Amino acid sequence: MTRRLADAKAVSVLVARLAGQISRHNRGVQDLALVGIKRRGVPIAERLAARLSAGRQPGIPVGAIDITLYRDDLQMVAETPIVRGSEIGFDINGRTLVLVDDVVFTGRTIRAALSELLDFGRPRAIQLAALVDRGHRELPIQPDFVARVIKTRRSDLVDIFLKETDGRDEIVLTKVGQSQKPRAKSQKPK
Amino acid sequence: MKLRSRHLLGIEGLDRSEILTILDQARTFREVLDRPIPIVPALRGRTVVNLFFEASTRTSTSFGLAASRLSCGCVNFSKATSAVSKGETLLDTARNIEAMGVDGIIIRHQSPGAPHFLSRHVKAFVVNAGDGAHEHPTQALLDAFTLREKLGSLDGKRILIVGDIAHSRVARSNLLCFTKLGAEVAVCGPPTMIPPDVEEYGCEVFYRLDRILNEVDVVNMLRVQQERITSSSFPTVREYRAFYGLTAERLRKLAPEVVVTHPGPVNWGVEMDFDVADFSRALVLPQVTNGVAVRMAVLFLLAGGEGEVRS
Repeated sequence: MTRRLADAKAVSVLVARLAGQISRHNRGVQDLALVGIKRRGVPIAERLAARLSAGRQPGIPVGAIDITLYRDDLQMVAETPIVRGSEIGFDINGRTLVLVDDVVFTGRTIRAALSELLDFGRPRAIQLAALVDRGHRELPIQPDFVARVIKTRRSDLVDIFLKETDGRDEIVLTKVGQSQKPRAKSQKPK
Repeated sequence: MKLRSRHLLGIEGLDRSEILTILDQARTFREVLDRPIPIVPALRGRTVVNLFFEASTRTSTSFGLAASRLSCGCVNFSKATSAVSKGETLLDTARNIEAMGVDGIIIRHQSPGAPHFLSRHVKAFVVNAGDGAHEHPTQALLDAFTLREKLGSLDGKRILIVGDIAHSRVARSNLLCFTKLGAEVAVCGPPTMIPPDVEEYGCEVFYRLDRILNEVDVVNMLRVQQERITSSSFPTVREYRAFYGLTAERLRKLAPEVVVTHPGPVNWGVEMDFDVADFSRALVLPQVTNGVAVRMAVLFLLAGGEGEVRS
């Protein structure tokens, strides 16, 4: 059974809510930089940066990381993972970074992303922002900013579609029978 | 896209899309090498062995570094200090090493086909790091990667391979790799160093370097392998340099966009003059750096999350 949880307008509201939380918490955006987790964390980070920069020049820098090489389940992946590469075009040392992902689920993706980020340097602080928190954490990781909390079963699938990657903005919940195995690790391939 | 084989035995067994998969992955690993901490945990817990029956500095070091950059253990084996000197066979050596729990065997052997033989008898994946005068696939891949980074694409590019084509595994692998990537390849060298069947690879043959040098985009110089050639291959080193060496004079005449590669180690003053070292379009050192990235990609694709072997 599939249920639409948010349409394009609702997704836009969620991004605005997330931007508001980040801005309030940091009392402005001085020295802030955003890092999106590929793939869907990156367009969300770019949308957040556009809102937070709000005409200021230069805008807030945005980087992208691919956590494939830091996964702890590489041997369980059925297909050869495609490593898209990380692009962080600014010095992260001493900066406050906001790590951005579309959905926080088990926490393993975030763990991998933190390990990777720390290999790029020593930021002053790393905060975590997610459009959706669907629970079922397997590691002690908690986002600082969440636009929407969705109650799910572990076997459910939460799919976030974004214009930049999928041609539309939408959040969809699919209820999967408990006898069915959930897809490995996260809701969909990153 | 995954590789069809769980071994890398030669360029001959790869198709264009598999070559491009490796080269695309290598680009990611090249970026990793530029990070403040150039190590990723992708192959943590895995171990490979460098099984080198022939002397090697850069290839074995490059594979060792590639493994360590992926957090993969790497054990080095050399013929001189092993039981091979007591008469142990290749298969026995490999089986014993495998019994110690290695995931992959990187082998260099003086006999063509040794990696193929091994791949049929061990469970570990096998990478050919040079088998006699047959193939040296990772050298071809790193050359293609370096040229791709410099030229964008090899499609339609004219590449000249100069030197000892007959004794060179690099020449054979490069010929196969460059043509599969769409380049027009020509070879040039003394008649004694050009194998009779080379045209079957789809390349033109030239015996005079000055005739073709200015009509190509890439000059791929080969090492004069003094350990493999006979005294009848060419009269003297001086004569070889005069006819086939990339001398300072020839360098000055090169078209401005031409790039030069060499698999190393260079016999300076024989196949290339020292002046080439300062030539801004000589890619010898970038080739060495890129070699680590390409070998990381190969190890990752063979030992990593491939479906057929470990799904």
